[in-house]
Amino acid sequence: MSGLPLGRNRVITLEKRGGFSRGVALLVPVFSIVCAVIGGGLFLLAAGYDPVEIYLTMLSGVFGSAYGLSETVVKTIPLLLCGLAVSVAFRMQLWNIGAEGQLYMGAVAASWVALFHGEGSPVVVIALMLLAGAAAGALWGLIPAIPRALFKVNETITTLMLNYVAILFSDYLVYGPWKDPKGMNFPLSAVFPDSAILPHFGDTRIHLGLVFGLIAAVLLYIVLWHTKWGYEVRVIGESPVAARYAGMNIARNILLVMALSGGLAGIAGMAEVSGITQRLQPNLSSGYGYTAIIVAWLGRLNPFAIIGVSFLMAGLLVGGYNMQMSGLPAAIVSILQGAILFFILGGDILTKYRIRIKNTRGIEVAE
Amino acid sequence: MNDPLVVVILSTAVIAGTPLLFAALGEILAERSGVLNLGVEGMMLVGAVSGYIATLLTGNHWAGVLAALAAGGMMGMIHAFISVSLRGNQVVSGLALTIFGTGLSAFLGKSYIGQPVPDVFKPVTVPLFSQIPYLGKIFFEHDALVYLSYIFVIVIWVLVFKTRWGLNLRAVGENPAAADSMGIPVYLTRYISVVSGGMLAGLGGAYLSLAYAPTWLENMTAGRGWIAVALVIFAVWHPWKALVGSYIFGGVDALGFHIQAMGEKALFLKDVSPFFLQMLPYILTIIVLILVTSETKKRRVGTPAALGLPYDREER
Repeated sequence: MSGLPLGRNRVITLEKRGGFSRGVALLVPVFSIVCAVIGGGLFLLAAGYDPVEIYLTMLSGVFGSAYGLSETVVKTIPLLLCGLAVSVAFRMQLWNIGAEGQLYMGAVAASWVALFHGEGSPVVVIALMLLAGAAAGALWGLIPAIPRALFKVNETITTLMLNYVAILFSDYLVYGPWKDPKGMNFPLSAVFPDSAILPHFGDTRIHLGLVFGLIAAVLLYIVLWHTKWGYEVRVIGESPVAARYAGMNIARNILLVMALSGGLAGIAGMAEVSGITQRLQPNLSSGYGYTAIIVAWLGRLNPFAIIGVSFLMAGLLVGGYNMQMSGLPAAIVSILQGAILFFILGGDILTKYRIRIKNTRGIEVAE
Repeated sequence: MNDPLVVVILSTAVIAGTPLLFAALGEILAERSGVLNLGVEGMMLVGAVSGYIATLLTGNHWAGVLAALAAGGMMGMIHAFISVSLRGNQVVSGLALTIFGTGLSAFLGKSYIGQPVPDVFKPVTVPLFSQIPYLGKIFFEHDALVYLSYIFVIVIWVLVFKTRWGLNLRAVGENPAAADSMGIPVYLTRYISVVSGGMLAGLGGAYLSLAYAPTWLENMTAGRGWIAVALVIFAVWHPWKALVGSYIFGGVDALGFHIQAMGEKALFLKDVSPFFLQMLPYILTIIVLILVTSETKKRRVGTPAALGLPYDREER
């Protein structure tokens, strides 16, 4: 009899479900968040903080003011684009954790357009920036994709290493050749001309990047579920062996998917510099590329679910800023993010297995 | 103190390589049992901060080492529970561990940032050995943890390749179903390897905060956990090769520092921006990974066959 012992003569065992439980699959993310919040609260209590105060500070940071709410939407934009980027790669079992670097390269390329070819009709300049950002991100995604497609070089490590390279490259530019001569020696590029700045909604900081993100989600859905190529990507992700027998070109699809993934993250970088900072500067991203991993997994790699989840995670980030302002430990945000992922992973087993409590003779006593 | 520059650089390579070596040895254990652990970065951070805080509180760096081992072990326990018992996705669990560890270490270390370590690991010269020309200076004028890492390399090599337990461990990583039918406890073996791997990663982190830096800074590992994962592939899951690889990466890590310190004497290199010098270890990791992977693919050696796959008894 295998299983975890539970008291006298009882064990917990896992039993395979006949099929995949859809209901449980939907409930798991919700329960994961609830469990992470409760677990995080207990942790805060043990560390000598008042969890109620901390959670209220977070909530009021997001829902307490129109500004908080609009800031949450602002942070949703890069999370949505990066979440979609990561999800399309994950769907093919490509563990692209380089969205952060791809975002930076997109930002650098878009900044190059804005700084050196930024005068002219806004429509043209912004279109060029979008193109440059997507292209640079795609290129940055292709660098690890090529060795992955040819020799199966572990893309998790290479994409992550390229994050550091991209951030150092962007820092080199703002500390060196692109530093604004009128900028009192701060590591900032010159401010972009007006024609290179994305339009905003009303007097909020919410910019057109939101529309880019929503369009990308819809397009991604159509591509994945209503085109032949999307079908190939899904088949390769679920069963590479079957895909090979069906004659699908896996290497080519690895390149295409990573380019698409990098391109989406590159657009996120373009939107950040063009919509928010309006110049190239260090610390552009507050780890959006990494949070995107949680967004994608929590959203079950579904483009529409990712829209909702990225708003939720953006709320967590904005809540974190509010905590920092009140001198509370903002690092709890990463702890909660990690915990949510743990609970989802742990909960996933319930979609495939049933927990049963049996006595030692193997007779079921409870489910 | 007029040692040739090469000796000085190699000596710093050993120091800079030691945290990588501890972490890589831990990852070798975990991966040999078939469990991929991408949480090394998070484990190192939690180890670094725990070792640092314990040393601050007790004034004894060995208490710090114990705390780092315990903290790394607990992180390993989380990963083992999710990926072995609950059969969760090992890649995502590892990523979660890194995100979690980054947050947890920042949270714990917040009120101590920048305080000097009261009991730093200081270099202790090994009698006799340090008299060996050049090699003595390179290998035997370091702190106790460096010597401990030498011992671990030997112990883990013996354990994995020369004992029955090691044979069982490799069997579990290659073919868990066959190992299970031979009566080898698959889950227990995987738990032991992942947890001890976590302890070693924690120790690698503590080396940074207690000997290398020696202080605590948020995210002070700066990707070393990931380089350690790459090193394991470079080392084809072998402790001795991990030692060589760690020192090569340590050397590249230290090189940028040396070039800056040399000033005018560094010739054309002095004009290279420090940002590019800092990129070197990351770029080297990518290049080495590509070379090694294409080579091992040709020779069909290395990767434990069951790496990354959860084992389910009933699907045997």
